[in-house]
Amino acid sequence: MIYFIEQCLNGLQLGMMLFLLAAGLTLIFGIMDLVNLAHGSLYMVGAYFAATFVAWTDNFLFGAALALAATLLVGMAVEVVAMRRLYGRDHLDHVLGTFGLILFFNELVRLLWGPAGMTLSLPAWLNVAVPLLPDLYYPLYRIVIIAATVMVALFLYGLVMRTRLGMLIRAGASNREMVGALGINITLLYTLVFGLGAALAGLAGLMQAPILTVQIGMGENILIVAFVVIVIGGIGSIRGAFVASLFVGMVDTIGRAFFPDLLRLVLARDAAATAAPAMSSMLIYVLMAAVLVLRPEGLFPVSNR
Amino acid sequence: MIAALNARNLLISALLTFLVLLPVYANLSGNYFLLTLFTRILILALAATSLNLILGYGGMVSFGHAAYLGIGGYAIGILASEGVTSGFVQWPVALAVSALAALVIGLLCLRTRGVYFIMITLAFAQMIYYLGAGLARYGGDDGLTIQRRSQFGSWLNLSNKTVFYYVCLALLLATIYFVWRLVNSRFGMVIQGARSNERRMRSIGFPTVRYRLTCFVIAGTLCGLSGALLANHTDFVSPAMMYWTRSGDLIVMVVLGGMASSFGPLIGAVALLVLEEALSGITEYWQIILGPLLLLVVLFARRGIDGLLDAAAFPRVSPTKPLEAKVGRG
Repeated sequence: MIYFIEQCLNGLQLGMMLFLLAAGLTLIFGIMDLVNLAHGSLYMVGAYFAATFVAWTDNFLFGAALALAATLLVGMAVEVVAMRRLYGRDHLDHVLGTFGLILFFNELVRLLWGPAGMTLSLPAWLNVAVPLLPDLYYPLYRIVIIAATVMVALFLYGLVMRTRLGMLIRAGASNREMVGALGINITLLYTLVFGLGAALAGLAGLMQAPILTVQIGMGENILIVAFVVIVIGGIGSIRGAFVASLFVGMVDTIGRAFFPDLLRLVLARDAAATAAPAMSSMLIYVLMAAVLVLRPEGLFPVSNR
Repeated sequence: MIAALNARNLLISALLTFLVLLPVYANLSGNYFLLTLFTRILILALAATSLNLILGYGGMVSFGHAAYLGIGGYAIGILASEGVTSGFVQWPVALAVSALAALVIGLLCLRTRGVYFIMITLAFAQMIYYLGAGLARYGGDDGLTIQRRSQFGSWLNLSNKTVFYYVCLALLLATIYFVWRLVNSRFGMVIQGARSNERRMRSIGFPTVRYRLTCFVIAGTLCGLSGALLANHTDFVSPAMMYWTRSGDLIVMVVLGGMASSFGPLIGAVALLVLEEALSGITEYWQIILGPLLLLVVLFARRGIDGLLDAAAFPRVSPTKPLEAKVGRG
């Protein structure tokens, strides 16, 4: 039972991480109609920045804040140099152009930081386990991640639904020309939105950095899972992204933890041991297929498009 | 009409002449490096040609086409490791399994449109990648070495580099011819019509989903053939064959060469892989050049090399683009 709760918390934490990535992707797609494969590169860049700045400043929070700001700037620079020219093109162009960007970023990181990965160690005050229940000790850092992401989700909700900027973002999503005609600087707005998405990806990367190794290509696998999330949630919907992130995070983690045992009930022991790893990593894709059969537009289809 | 003596036809004739004569050069000079490189290029050009069928002519942007490369390859690898080395068994099985996979994936993916389709094909390819990595019995992540190439009796020895090269070339040319015949048939017209305006095709009375699915399965099967060749070429299969960047490479080849043109994928494959080879000779960090180059192609040479050749052949044609399908809307 303790193990089950622990796995649920891990699933929650993975879901939160996916939400940070998926929110940026879905925001950028919903507003600029842009498929951004290079989103995972920004996640990677955020992690590398965090590892570097924390090592420089010797202060985890300060380094993380610097990394976040730096990723925001990189994101805005990418928008100004490249992405801006891709708006209004068809999706195949987005795929190709941002595929080129991935190659560029991976190689640039290799050039700057070298081919070996980096590690980012937690400060002592974060690197503890706290008792949640008697017998259940859970790493404080993972709880911090969950709490931080919930705060980010609330912030996003407030930003999009309650502020003037959010109003413009929503208006820009439903009718770009009209917003421009009303005298809003849509170019700047888009740069800001892209920067926001990049910062979310960077935040995910830097928070994940102490848990995983910081390495080249780290953003790509999780990006594909984030695609699964936004397809399930309905592309363009932040609410859908939130629900689907939790769903996918839970299914993936709990599936990996318990699926082998379940499989053992139906299959012979060694057959189960062979099939389990492959089958549990396929679970979320099966889930996605199931959602698509029932609702091809995702769970929360965006109607104003 | 007699084929005009324009830049495109000249390039294609020159390329084909080069491809046919390459083994002669290799055997005379003893330099087999080029032969190996071009065998690989021909195999991937076959995969790109199959992708062009759905992407270029059908408007279906599949970002998971490398999956069939892996499926075809693994069919050969698994059969070989289980002791079935006859090509007459291996190859039909490879094609059948690829076709079946394409049928299932297509059935699910074709329910969706546009950007959903891109992401879902990507996700399914990733799923098959994990499946390959999870096959502990067949090497898992590390892949599987193939001890003997497919056996076709005594008259066709695939272990001979020159013979294998010509087999690849013949299959590639046959595929290009087949795709050309297909897209100019009634079936191909329906597929192209559905790319331009699916709703209209449907209201004329064509069951477009069924046509698209058939097209998707044909493309998957042809790509499975390419996978079977690739497995025989490298004597090795691994999940890396179907990693998502490989799917990206195939899209790059198609777009670089020119979508919806018969020889475009071949030109694109030659251009991309030769460029990679050349750049990696210049610097270890060659992707830092290739990446932005792709972006520039997207921005300024949207119709690929084929389009540039058109522009060279008809310099006075107004710059308005020809009817170009809006891929993935609707």
